Amino acid sequence: MNRSPRLRLAGVTAAAAALSLLAAACGSSGSGGKSGSGSSNAASAPGITKTQILIGSHQPLTGVAAPGYSEIAPASNAYFQYVNQHGGVYGRKIVYKYLDDGYDPAKTVSVVHQLVLQSSVYAIFDGLGTPTHLSVVKFLNAQKVPDVFVASGCVCWNLPSTEPDTFGWQLDYVREGKILGAYIKQHFPHTKIGFFYQNDEFGQDGVKGLSAEIPASQVVSKQSYVPTNINIGPQVAALKAAGAQLVVSFSVPAFTALLRLNGLKLNYSPQFVVSSVGSDPITLAGLLQAFAKQGGAKVNGIALTQGIITDAYEPTLGQTTNSWIALFKRIHDTYIPKLPFDGNVLYGESVAYTFVQAMLKAGRNPTRASLVSAIQGGLSQGPALAPYAYSASSHAGMTGALIGVIKTGVVVPQTPVMTTDTTPTGAVSPYTGSQPPAPASGMP
Amino acid sequence: MTLLRHLAVAIIVGALLAVASVTLNSFRDFQMAEVATYVTAVAGLTILIGLSGQISIGHGAFMAIGAYAAALILMHLNWPLVAVLAASAAIAAVAGLVLGVAAARLRGPYLAGITLLLAVALPSLATRFAGTFGGDQGLGVNVTTPAFLGPSFPLTRWQAWVACAAALITLVLLANLARSRVGRSWRAVRDDETAAALAGLNVAWLRILAFAVSAACAGLAGALLGITTTLVSPGSFTVTLSIALLTGAVLGGLGTLPGAVWGSLVIVLVPTYVTDVATSHGLSSSVAANIPVAAYGVVLIVVMLVFPAGIQGAVRRLLGPAAPSAGGPIGSLRRRVPARDNPEEGAS
Repeated sequence: MNRSPRLRLAGVTAAAAALSLLAAACGSSGSGGKSGSGSSNAASAPGITKTQILIGSHQPLTGVAAPGYSEIAPASNAYFQYVNQHGGVYGRKIVYKYLDDGYDPAKTVSVVHQLVLQSSVYAIFDGLGTPTHLSVVKFLNAQKVPDVFVASGCVCWNLPSTEPDTFGWQLDYVREGKILGAYIKQHFPHTKIGFFYQNDEFGQDGVKGLSAEIPASQVVSKQSYVPTNINIGPQVAALKAAGAQLVVSFSVPAFTALLRLNGLKLNYSPQFVVSSVGSDPITLAGLLQAFAKQGGAKVNGIALTQGIITDAYEPTLGQTTNSWIALFKRIHDTYIPKLPFDGNVLYGESVAYTFVQAMLKAGRNPTRASLVSAIQGGLSQGPALAPYAYSASSHAGMTGALIGVIKTGVVVPQTPVMTTDTTPTGAVSPYTGSQPPAPASGMP
Repeated sequence: MTLLRHLAVAIIVGALLAVASVTLNSFRDFQMAEVATYVTAVAGLTILIGLSGQISIGHGAFMAIGAYAAALILMHLNWPLVAVLAASAAIAAVAGLVLGVAAARLRGPYLAGITLLLAVALPSLATRFAGTFGGDQGLGVNVTTPAFLGPSFPLTRWQAWVACAAALITLVLLANLARSRVGRSWRAVRDDETAAALAGLNVAWLRILAFAVSAACAGLAGALLGITTTLVSPGSFTVTLSIALLTGAVLGGLGTLPGAVWGSLVIVLVPTYVTDVATSHGLSSSVAANIPVAAYGVVLIVVMLVFPAGIQGAVRRLLGPAAPSAGGPIGSLRRRVPARDNPEEGAS
């Protein structure tokens, strides 16, 4: 009676250990790499073979952030397929392995370890999300894995001294806030202003930028939300009670839609100014209609987005004659015709273009270090409206955007492209250069 | 004697794991560390729920306390690793003691509520006091392989060793505690508080102690999580983590330590394995992305329907009817409902 249970304990523990061995033994082994250069392709780095470049990413393919954002990685992949069919990068084909993290930082840690340690990817490309990517940025830098073009506008990707392998790409939220703030200061000088923002790095950085430009005396209310609580009625009521005639919103698309609908319910329709993150008209119109339907109402999504002021750091989808829009539309129609051609798809294709640019610059037989130094050497602006800030001392991406107004579902530009820096005193000034047209071949 | 036997088993398993870690690749080492981390936390939780009969759906908060304690101690005091781990467990135990005082007055859904509250609220302290806790970016945990292992010893293997050693020590201590007077008293309190009190047991104190022990395990696990991911940030300690721990405990078999191992293996390995299978079969990405979530759900439903006593319950059933159904360290850990139908329980 006393003995057998203990034997069972031993047996069960041993069985557990055996199972973990068995599970672990199913793994594949990683591949090493030799460095080399010259005119023929060599396996010059982990993930780089004579014929292939393997890169990885973590993306929200399921979960709260999936609507909209799950299109980004397939769009990047579509551009890589286009490049592969047109000669590849020095003859190598790009293989893009993106895994689902469900926007859960704990899962991000797990899938990124898998990509780096098991799949031996050359680089992590366009990892999506601020809280998610923050959970792996130290690991990637310790492993010296290039961590390029994070899909988030947090200024925290620009820390070249402590995180030398990490690079941002899109316009960061502080610069974005300053550019929006400068426009508001100029065009709405006597208007009472309310802030509505996501209470994390994203919204707080945006507010930092806004506050650098908008006089504090004009701001009558600052309301924040957390993405897990969709009841924002109290915040909207507070904005209305404070008499805000203009509301600046640093919100994700779902909360921009909720802000608009809650306003309607309270018969409150101030002028909305929404950062580019939460203002893609197609995504927004879809969400507005879906949310209204859940509440038993029917609205015209496109009509509700009419007049929203926003910013754009890439050519807007309405500019159908723009060479970049034409190129990306063509690739979209060929490879991913089932997805809507919206801001997310444009984003995915553009960031993929930038990656191919960097890979071509890194040389025929790149190491991980040569990709980092290629980007630090600066990249030409490509699909971005303003130049990148890349240098040895800056890992920030785009530096400017234009202001536009949403009219019948497209963003119509109102100002020239404005550029600025991330300091509170740095001026917001018009960009004097112009965006070069897309190459006819579609290859950088 | 029991202690010796448990120790012997732990040493054998430890040796097997050490051999495994050397033969496997870095990613498997990382997964081993991940499993060991979960085992440490789930074991503490399964003891709390299965033995003392108190529920917590906020154990992620204690992991956060342990993790931040470890990161801060390493950063400012640079203590040796063993001391850091012990201190993290101790600090989390104190927090558990405090919560235990409140918990001792609460039952069922109210207790679940307050623990959930803790899990939701605590991580936001890190952003409130960003100067100390590093805000959303969190704190880096600087771990290096010790010099005596040589310069080429992989960091992931060292992390796996630390995590597995900590998990085994935790399991041995918990197994002995469960068999001790304290463990028997917990079971008595769980089954009938009034009877336990009449028998002279200090019910409140026993319930608080269970919380402290359980929180210490979670704190240790938090420190291990920081060490294996080299980062402590509020994003790592979401409510999802607390729910995952609870899932692991229930799935493995409440109150059983081997169950904690099974549960941890499932919550760590099933999603990764299914993702590999799903992506390697050329399914469209929108389908492949949803398969792991679906598979996880299916595993949960099947286990709960077929083996209501968890995986460990199933294992015990498969090992044959020859095994006695109650008494002894593991058999008696399983909670039986209603307890009064098993008068022999607790008499081992």
